[in-house]
Amino acid sequence: MRSIRRLLFFLVLSGVAACGGSDDGRESLSVLNRGLNTEPESLDAHKARSLQAADVLRDLGEGLVSFTSTGELTEGTAESWEVSDDLLTYTFHLRPEAKWSNGDAVTAEHFVFSVKRLIEPATAAFYAQFLVDVTELRAIDEHTLQIMLKRPTPYLLSLLTHPATFPMHPGALAEHGDGFARPGKMISNGAYVLTDWVPGSVLTLNRNEYYWNNANTAIDEIRHHISSQETAEYARYRAGELDITSSVPTDNFEQVRRDNGDELHIAPYQNIYYYGYNLSKPPFKNSPELRQALSMAIDRELLVEKVTGRGETPAYSWVPPGVDNYEPTVFAYAPLTQDERNQIAQTLYAEAGYSKQKPLRLELRYNTNDTHKKVAVAIQSMWRDVLGFEVDLINEEFQVLLANIRDKEVTQVFRSSWVGDYNDAHTFLSILQSQNAANVPGYASEEYDALLLRAAEQADLDRRRLYMEEAERVMLADHPTIPIYFYVSKHLVKPRVAGWGDNVLDYHYSQHLSLKAAE
Amino acid sequence: MLLRLLGAIPTLLLVIVLAFLMVHAAPGGPFDDERVLPTDVAANIQAAYHLDEPLPQQFTRYMAGLLRGDLGPSYRYRDYTVSELIGSGFPISLQLGALAMALALLVGISSGTVAALKQGSMLDRVVMSFAMTGISIPVFVVAPVLVLLLAVKLQWLPAGWSGESGFAKFVLPVITLALPQIAYIARLTRASMIDVLGCDFIRTARSQGLGSKAIIRVHALKPAMLPVLSYMGPAIAAILTGTVVVEEVFGIPGLGQFFVRGALNRDYTLVLGIVIFYAALIISLNLVVDILYGFIDPRVRQR
Repeated sequence: MRSIRRLLFFLVLSGVAACGGSDDGRESLSVLNRGLNTEPESLDAHKARSLQAADVLRDLGEGLVSFTSTGELTEGTAESWEVSDDLLTYTFHLRPEAKWSNGDAVTAEHFVFSVKRLIEPATAAFYAQFLVDVTELRAIDEHTLQIMLKRPTPYLLSLLTHPATFPMHPGALAEHGDGFARPGKMISNGAYVLTDWVPGSVLTLNRNEYYWNNANTAIDEIRHHISSQETAEYARYRAGELDITSSVPTDNFEQVRRDNGDELHIAPYQNIYYYGYNLSKPPFKNSPELRQALSMAIDRELLVEKVTGRGETPAYSWVPPGVDNYEPTVFAYAPLTQDERNQIAQTLYAEAGYSKQKPLRLELRYNTNDTHKKVAVAIQSMWRDVLGFEVDLINEEFQVLLANIRDKEVTQVFRSSWVGDYNDAHTFLSILQSQNAANVPGYASEEYDALLLRAAEQADLDRRRLYMEEAERVMLADHPTIPIYFYVSKHLVKPRVAGWGDNVLDYHYSQHLSLKAAE
Repeated sequence: MLLRLLGAIPTLLLVIVLAFLMVHAAPGGPFDDERVLPTDVAANIQAAYHLDEPLPQQFTRYMAGLLRGDLGPSYRYRDYTVSELIGSGFPISLQLGALAMALALLVGISSGTVAALKQGSMLDRVVMSFAMTGISIPVFVVAPVLVLLLAVKLQWLPAGWSGESGFAKFVLPVITLALPQIAYIARLTRASMIDVLGCDFIRTARSQGLGSKAIIRVHALKPAMLPVLSYMGPAIAAILTGTVVVEEVFGIPGLGQFFVRGALNRDYTLVLGIVIFYAALIISLNLVVDILYGFIDPRVRQR
């Protein structure tokens, strides 16, 4: 008995002792609490991959070019640049006052060092081919950097805002090796520096006193709280623990709109929700009629209004609207009413050799998720009503679905999505090129590839754009995928946060935000 | 005792082999993503983590590391090693589990004892129906309700973990975790206490004029605790698995959350590391419970 009591006492004591206080002397700092829906897999910009890692890295580092809060390109570490007439040479002039968080000057050499490490196989970087069109990168002097390109790349400036192209501090790498991206070790050149990281919980960033624009950085401390569950994140927002959420729960959306409507930010987002066809096997191999029939029979308006209902827009193109320098091509049938589309879909379905007596047998795979399920169920019933066949819905764990899509053996129709990496139609069109690894349907069209190649060779932006729009038209007519809707970015932002801007890339730099004095 | 310790080694080995085979048998890999990588980039990454080698070779490599005490790098948390993640997650899960266990024993035993003494009374019925409810409502239902009530509406306690809230952040997760255990322990204690109180030696004690408090404390509690003590093993296991859910729901950076994420992300090394760690822990806990049993019941020692 005594031993049990002792054990109990010890247990309670160990618990209490280990969770003693913290809050001292931090009152004077202004703190912003942000939700982040996935843990960054790494804060080494070359080992990072996810959108969430990039969100944090944009607070910590800075590239040559940056974005304003509303998504316009602006100067970053480079204060100016010149572009040669053939669009093949860019010369960047770095700010002499740009500094690392330890006070060292940021030099052109640091950018060269970083890009070398990015493409070095030993680094094992996910974005190793991000700068595939760059032939040479050289430091002309301490503050001048020249980038030479294989072909005109109008989106180069947009690429240079990506964390994979941020400079790296060679000293920090030499001292700590690959383990440099940790609090106390990481040296960064952005508005903030990493001061604490509890894996699975929270990343704390503090003001970088040496940052060239420190005077215009309002908030002292940023905490990115990992909140992988939307409903839990919403609860924390309502409890006042978060100022900004990374998402808004689908199930509570009506409640959110009612209770927090003024704080809700919904904006177009470069992200497409689509179904892919497995083009390497029947029934979709060599059957464009069937592919078009299934696509046309989906009432996208109804879907975004009744099923997803968070402001998503129906997708009749592959490239989302709002992309710079581009006007997405839409399906030829887009102007028709849904009834007219359904009639054509029925004809095409019959032409493909199916009927009520001999219906299509089909499996639709999606990864386990509430929204995906609702969308699939809605589409199941649309296909049943319009074409008269029953599709089997199969939900799979994400990694299982990805493996099945890659193997191209059991998949027929599968759910997928694509987020733009930079603000250019190329980030969407390129993935359906026949050699692109992300071309999961296995689409292969010589005409499409040739048009995109022609586009890539153009120095004239308008001509480039025409080739790309034509390529999209060719691809849409082949129906390698079913574009369903374009996502929207969804955030809740407390009224005390100022400086928030909506933009198609859904980038929200903490340095642009400030806190209003308590009312 | 030494024999039992040695006997644990093949068990542990079997666990490692099975776990290794199972994580690798799961479809997909740690670097699969909707954003499919260019073929040579993917191949380079596979090679960098030795995932291109045949499975037996990967296993030998892993075991060689394990013998040196190296659980390898995490594939998903690329800036951390598995040992670092276990080191950061386990103390949190331990505190959570220990506090929940302490709460469960404290509340469970006392309410069970009270119910036994007032058998058939209103109080007894209240305690027992509470216990039944506690057993039947799952954690993922209790947790959001508690959060909504105590954190969102009343704002007495934090809704999440990562704010600076000291001890307060433990309250909701610990209650959620302890609730079903309180219920079990209360029922066990009540049943066994009623049994013991009906025994001859208690009647003898009573006939010698001892007060009921003294009877409970000196004579009844100890034998009545034996079933509860046997239940400690399953209770610890239940709390261990319970932390997995509770940590996920409350966003607590403990081992349970790493385990779930690790499995979903195919973070082979992280999952294996935690399985091995837990297996070793459970094997040693079983030993400890056996020893404790010996202290409380001399008959076990003699055998």
